[in-house]
Amino acid sequence: MPQMTDERIRAGLTREEDLSLLHEVSMKTAGVSHLEMCIQCGTCGGSCPVAMDMEHTPRMLFAMLRAGMREEVLRSNTPWLCVSCYHCVVRCPQEVHIADVMYTLKGMAIQAKLYTDSTAPHFSQTFVDMVEAYGRSYEMGLASRHYLRHFPLRLPSMMPMGLGMITKGRMTITPKKIKHLDQLKSILRRAKQLELTS
Amino acid sequence: MSEKKQERVGVYVCHCGTNIAGTVDVVDVAKWAQEKLGPQGVVIAREYKFMCSSLGQELIEKDIKELGLTRVVVAACSPHLHEKTFRTAAKNAGLNPYLVELASIREQVSWVHTDKAVATAKSKAVVSGAVSRVIENRALDEIKVPINPNTLVVGGGIAGIQSALEIANAGFHVYLVEREPSIGGHMAQFDKTFPTLDCSACILTPRMVEAGTHPNITLLTWSEVTNVAGYVGNFHVTIKKKARFVNEELCTGCGICQEKCPKKVIDDVYEAGLGYRKAVYTPFAQAVPNFPVMDKENCTYFIKGTCKACEKFCPTNAIDFTQQDQTLNVDVGNIVLATGYDLFDARRVSNYGYGRLPNVFTSIEFERLSNAAGPTNGNIVMRDGKTTPKSVGIIHCVGSRDKNFNNYCSVICCMQGLKFAHLVHERTGATVYNFYIDMRTAYKAYDEFYQRVLEEGTLFVRGKVAEVTDAARNEREKGKLIIQTEDTLAGKQRRIPVDMVILSSGLQPRHDAKDVGKLFGISCSMDGWFTEKHPKLDPVATMTEGIYIVGCAQGPKDIPSSVAQGAAASARVLDKILQKEIALEPIKASVNQEMCSGCRICNGLCPFNAIAFIEDDKVTEINPALCQGCGTCVAACPAGAISGTGFSNEQIIAQIDGLLLKNLELA
Amino acid sequence: MNKYLLYPGCSMDSSAKAYMESLNEILEPLDLHLEEIEDWNCCGATEYLGINLIPAYSLIARNLALATKQMDGTRTVVAPCSACYLNLAKADYYMQERPTLGAKVNEALAAGGLEYKAGTLDVRHLIDVLVYDVGLDTIRSKVVRPLSGLKVVPYMGCMLPRPDYQHRWSDHEHPTELDDLLRALGADVIDYPLTTECCGGHMTQIGPETAFELIRRLVADADERGAQMMVTVCPMCQMNIDAYQNEANHFFGTNYHMPILFFTQLMGLAFGKEPGDLGIGVELVSARNALANIGVEVPVTQEPAAPRKKDEGLPMPRRWTRHEGKKEAVK
Repeated sequence: MPQMTDERIRAGLTREEDLSLLHEVSMKTAGVSHLEMCIQCGTCGGSCPVAMDMEHTPRMLFAMLRAGMREEVLRSNTPWLCVSCYHCVVRCPQEVHIADVMYTLKGMAIQAKLYTDSTAPHFSQTFVDMVEAYGRSYEMGLASRHYLRHFPLRLPSMMPMGLGMITKGRMTITPKKIKHLDQLKSILRRAKQLELTS
Repeated sequence: MSEKKQERVGVYVCHCGTNIAGTVDVVDVAKWAQEKLGPQGVVIAREYKFMCSSLGQELIEKDIKELGLTRVVVAACSPHLHEKTFRTAAKNAGLNPYLVELASIREQVSWVHTDKAVATAKSKAVVSGAVSRVIENRALDEIKVPINPNTLVVGGGIAGIQSALEIANAGFHVYLVEREPSIGGHMAQFDKTFPTLDCSACILTPRMVEAGTHPNITLLTWSEVTNVAGYVGNFHVTIKKKARFVNEELCTGCGICQEKCPKKVIDDVYEAGLGYRKAVYTPFAQAVPNFPVMDKENCTYFIKGTCKACEKFCPTNAIDFTQQDQTLNVDVGNIVLATGYDLFDARRVSNYGYGRLPNVFTSIEFERLSNAAGPTNGNIVMRDGKTTPKSVGIIHCVGSRDKNFNNYCSVICCMQGLKFAHLVHERTGATVYNFYIDMRTAYKAYDEFYQRVLEEGTLFVRGKVAEVTDAARNEREKGKLIIQTEDTLAGKQRRIPVDMVILSSGLQPRHDAKDVGKLFGISCSMDGWFTEKHPKLDPVATMTEGIYIVGCAQGPKDIPSSVAQGAAASARVLDKILQKEIALEPIKASVNQEMCSGCRICNGLCPFNAIAFIEDDKVTEINPALCQGCGTCVAACPAGAISGTGFSNEQIIAQIDGLLLKNLELA
Repeated sequence: MNKYLLYPGCSMDSSAKAYMESLNEILEPLDLHLEEIEDWNCCGATEYLGINLIPAYSLIARNLALATKQMDGTRTVVAPCSACYLNLAKADYYMQERPTLGAKVNEALAAGGLEYKAGTLDVRHLIDVLVYDVGLDTIRSKVVRPLSGLKVVPYMGCMLPRPDYQHRWSDHEHPTELDDLLRALGADVIDYPLTTECCGGHMTQIGPETAFELIRRLVADADERGAQMMVTVCPMCQMNIDAYQNEANHFFGTNYHMPILFFTQLMGLAFGKEPGDLGIGVELVSARNALANIGVEVPVTQEPAAPRKKDEGLPMPRRWTRHEGKKEAVK
């Protein structure tokens, strides 16, 4: 149920239907998102280093959240382009946790299977698979699996770089594992259960 | 205790429309008071839609006369609002006004609770407390004190000047104290004023001259108030008149000393750091008074012991290196604070590059650039001092409406930004961009000015600018300042290369506003502005009687509003002066000298210096003329020898018992 | 000896091993002891947070929980990688700001027999410790081979100074910590307006064309300002600028050659260490030519600047200082 905080009431959001999508995103975001405080000033869209490739500026996305445009928001490429540089976050005059909201939207898009381009979600998932399997990231495995799937044509031009990394000892062929992998796995298993129930 | 004579108490519960009745069951409260508090002496309890209306007041007056009430409790709003109303009603019906108590069930109950049952129960307790207390009240007589007809005005900007002139023109004396060498304030730095584009100096200097020559105004520039004692009608003020090192009796203001002084200093105040002055200087040509001051920190003679060029050339021997700071004591009846604002320090918004990128200017720098008497004679040029910009970006809301800096709207920045756009356009023909979040052009003829600037071809971009940078991404941007923003109406990020950027910086409270507030016994809001008595109905008075706040000291505002407030405060001051005397609350502390042990703990605590120690008897005494009834000494006395009228121990204990409904158990 | 707990992060023994090697070389001269957190795991980078919330924070928090077991005389965890630093700091901060998140993460940790009370540790980046604990004076005193003549742009990257939950940095946009440190080493530091701009992060993997543009902006501006190399504090920045520079050159038809080294490598050089021990040479855009500028042992003495003709322009406002910032912030 939406909480009628003072901030929301001041923002003129008093009915549940107004809150549903905005509130859902806000509640799923780490920390206190301040999403309902957005004044549409465009500081985020102005600050973003990759705005030129975004379908919607972050500001537009927040307006769409308010308008309850769930599908359009989750289909947008915007969250997937966010590079987490936090420029918008420190400049936002309303202290909206924009970068964390983008993480939330990515998670929601994956769950709803609404993302348009699979490159980014697959990369994240592959990375996470490696981490869950070894406890550490595994660049070689990640790179080979990811590039074969999404950028096969880019591989030839990548070869010199990859070889350079290997010959200079900057990429190991075999993955590194942590000692207490079982412990990590139990923690993550429990965490995933909690995620579903929350 | 109070068994000596049964008092006859009337209880009146106000609905205040739905303000109280919406949250409190007022009928139940009245019924409960009548039934349960009867043994306490409540003979009648009524509820009424608006107790403060004339019908409501008549109700009380009628009961006093017909039922022979000896005490009255009105359960309504805070005493700040209507205590006076109901005291007057009691007085009209022949009851001593101090036998009326207000129980605040609006500010302290209905406005802060949502649960009706809880709010109703709390209202009953508050009423019960007031009934118990009012029984212990004593009839008191008002104390009348004469009002000193002189007034102190602190701050010589346009608000302070206006205030001083109004009072002086009415025939009363004003001490006008200004920290800087000249009066005039920020307005003296401006070139044009919005929305009519009057020349700022043209409209300001006649007022400055009038204030400087007025027989009823004592002008004290280069001076600061260091201490304030007393109370409304009888303030004792200490003023430090800083050494000018120029004898004001002899100086003719000819300016030769400034001309001959070899030491050039960047003028951070009047020229906003864009221009220079000498070590001995008057800040600007029309300064009032036109005697210069010597800047001791920068004067070669004070640093090295030699030079004295000014002294050698002064035709009237007015230079006096031996001058000392002077302390003046003046007595006044009322004080008007017109201490103004500080400009937001734009360097704090580091993404706008001020202080790092030469061609980023602040609003006050631009005012000096565009001023014919400024460092460039009114030529709008870039930091190199000669190049005229071909494109200029004006950024609104710098430091305002931003939780990272100041949360509030600075009110003047939109109009200021529009004025800049017009001036740049008129003087340089440059392409002008204005970047805004919301265009706020409220008030007379303001939006028309916006229309005019639109018509002149200024390009408006709705978006809070993200950054100003000199890192070019392509040839078009090379050598320019690039303004990066989202054009929120087009929904696209834009990078706009310009030659010059002007930051429409916001206003903020004076850096020492808190200290000044303490000095005069008034408070500041969360943001640091002085707090008015009532935000709508009493905007120039403060909670301390006899102290008024005008102009930007009270909050950001433009020139017309500052002038209006200056005049408004004067009307309030004149009202006080013409009454010749003022009735003070008869709430005073007194010492039971039988019980006083002479420990002197209270002696140093009195903020009004009303406590004296009688050496012969080794006891403390309180001067009732000075005592303001604040209660500090009452609370501090370890022997319980001091009590305050209106706040006696009996009253307080009875009220607490009443609140806890102990009075019901007793009965 | 100053002891700290070390969270190295995955890249320190692979793509950023030069960072680790050079860090090890400067510990002794600076009297620093870094104790590695036992059995630490990956922080999830920027990937895990985009998939889910509680598992991502639990993954990070396992490291914090493990670190508390080694808190013998210190509560400071040092991370040399900006992304790791941010993730650790963020988990610690959000677990406090949103107590329900903290409770759920601890419920998950309990499944592994661990717990972490938010606020127990102080998470800091390596350069923070070097500049504010060790101090620039100490660093300066260890310099035996000043880097005079080496024109560098300090590249702080984005995740270090922002969002800055604990207000550690001089500024979010133009922090001066790295500038000051490099100046202490004697290098010629060029004012670099893009110092906290993004290197592209994971976009080199998922949206290369977007990433190439970000890399181009950084390299082009450094080149334009006459830098011989960029200096970084972050493995991801180093990787993107170094390993993908050629691909970006290819994409735009440009021919930039802008080496990028870790600040610890330059500290090692200034302290007189051998380039080979500092991982110099494993970068893909070679720093050899750039470093030839300081091949000379004798510090280049700066000639006194000729008296300039009096500037007729308008004076500049005073520059913003950290000290002033603090004062203003108090209000």
